[in-house]
Amino acid sequence: MSTLRREARIALAVARKDALAELRGRHATVSTLFFAAVVLLLFGFALGPDAARLADAGPGLLWLAVVFAGILAVNRLHLLETDDGALEQLALYPVARRAIYAGKALGGFAVMLLLGLVVLGAVGVLFAVDIGDAWLPLLATVVLGAAGVAAVGTFYAGVTVRLRAREVMLPLLMLPVLAPLLLGAVKATSAALTGDPFGELGAWLQLLVAFDVIMIVAGAATYGYLLEDG
Amino acid sequence: MKTRILGFVALAAVMVVTAVALFVVPPDGNQGDAQRIMYPHVASAWLAYLSFGVTALAGIGWLWKRDLRLDAVAHAGAEIGVMFTAFAIWGGMMWGRPIWGVFWQWEDPRLTTTALLLALYVGYLLLRRLTDDPERRATRAAIVGIVAAIDIPIVHFSVEWWRGLHQTATIASPDRVLDPAAPMAFVGTLLGTLAAFTLTWLYLMIRRYQLARAEVAREEAVRLDRLMSARTAEVAR
Repeated sequence: MSTLRREARIALAVARKDALAELRGRHATVSTLFFAAVVLLLFGFALGPDAARLADAGPGLLWLAVVFAGILAVNRLHLLETDDGALEQLALYPVARRAIYAGKALGGFAVMLLLGLVVLGAVGVLFAVDIGDAWLPLLATVVLGAAGVAAVGTFYAGVTVRLRAREVMLPLLMLPVLAPLLLGAVKATSAALTGDPFGELGAWLQLLVAFDVIMIVAGAATYGYLLEDG
Repeated sequence: MKTRILGFVALAAVMVVTAVALFVVPPDGNQGDAQRIMYPHVASAWLAYLSFGVTALAGIGWLWKRDLRLDAVAHAGAEIGVMFTAFAIWGGMMWGRPIWGVFWQWEDPRLTTTALLLALYVGYLLLRRLTDDPERRATRAAIVGIVAAIDIPIVHFSVEWWRGLHQTATIASPDRVLDPAAPMAFVGTLLGTLAAFTLTWLYLMIRRYQLARAEVAREEAVRLDRLMSARTAEVAR
């Protein structure tokens, strides 16, 4: 079996473990989704009740809600490992570190993708944004955005999981790094929603792809150091 | 002793360029006296990037060689970099107010990038404070410093695009002074300020590095002390 396939199987096993733990009643996804819904509701109050203004702000609010809720999601996925020294066990497995990172990030990606789709739907309903015609570019944006948040989030959750001040440090470290992703995703979303009059959609999607690739490579390359002695 | 001489030379150089920038060089035709802020502003921004580059390289060095001295260099770079970043932002805002009419200009990619830079490295310094074990701290800091450095060009590029795809900036940028057509007095003063500030930077880096080494040595001494007294108490019992 080739190295790539072996590592992919390891990554899938790690992701499957997280999914199982989640399905057996950790309810991280449910609380994350509810948090995103509350954030959207509060945005409505903060900017409300002018419908046109809310629709204009829709793409920005969508991605802020996804990023904020994403902090919770990736934190929960790593917190899972601190119980009963599971992280140390994970570090003891004689497998490539990048495969473990890929597995954790894959689990995060699944949660983020679900989150992104639900929040997109909620923005469509709550802020009267019509997403019907532009579903394909919007789906691409959500997939790329979810992958980026998961890649960066998994890395920083690994950095902060053993800290006392984890709840503060994770967003503090993660949010500035996510700034280009937020920018690209918001721009791509609003371009898709307005029918891309300036032909800029492709460029923003490319930015998201580049961000994702760079961050996944950086995370995979450094995650091992975190597991060993971070 | 050598470091002290360097310090005095740096201080004298900064005093000279300050006097030149304030009193010798003529004011800019369009911007008037406000343009004089450009000299320390550009020098600070350059040193901020230099510092963060040093931090990233020292971080890679730590992961590779496992030498805590490299971690002290990384620490010094981040702290001094944050100082110069804050100084660059402050200078930019002071310049922006009379020239642009506002302190903050969202369309300027450099300004927004620099603000994020400050957030990234303040986070880095906080992370260092929260970790007690020196080797763990070095590893965590090293990878966070490396990823932050990777993020800087992406941030800059994306913000530039963000503005560029909409409209082109019509604001005069301070760097235009570096144009070949710019009078030699301006260019010379800028280069002099860069040199004087870089000397100061070098002095600060050396001192901060020494301090970081002393901090780690003290931490180590306290830890050993605690271990020893615990052992003594055990033996006595």
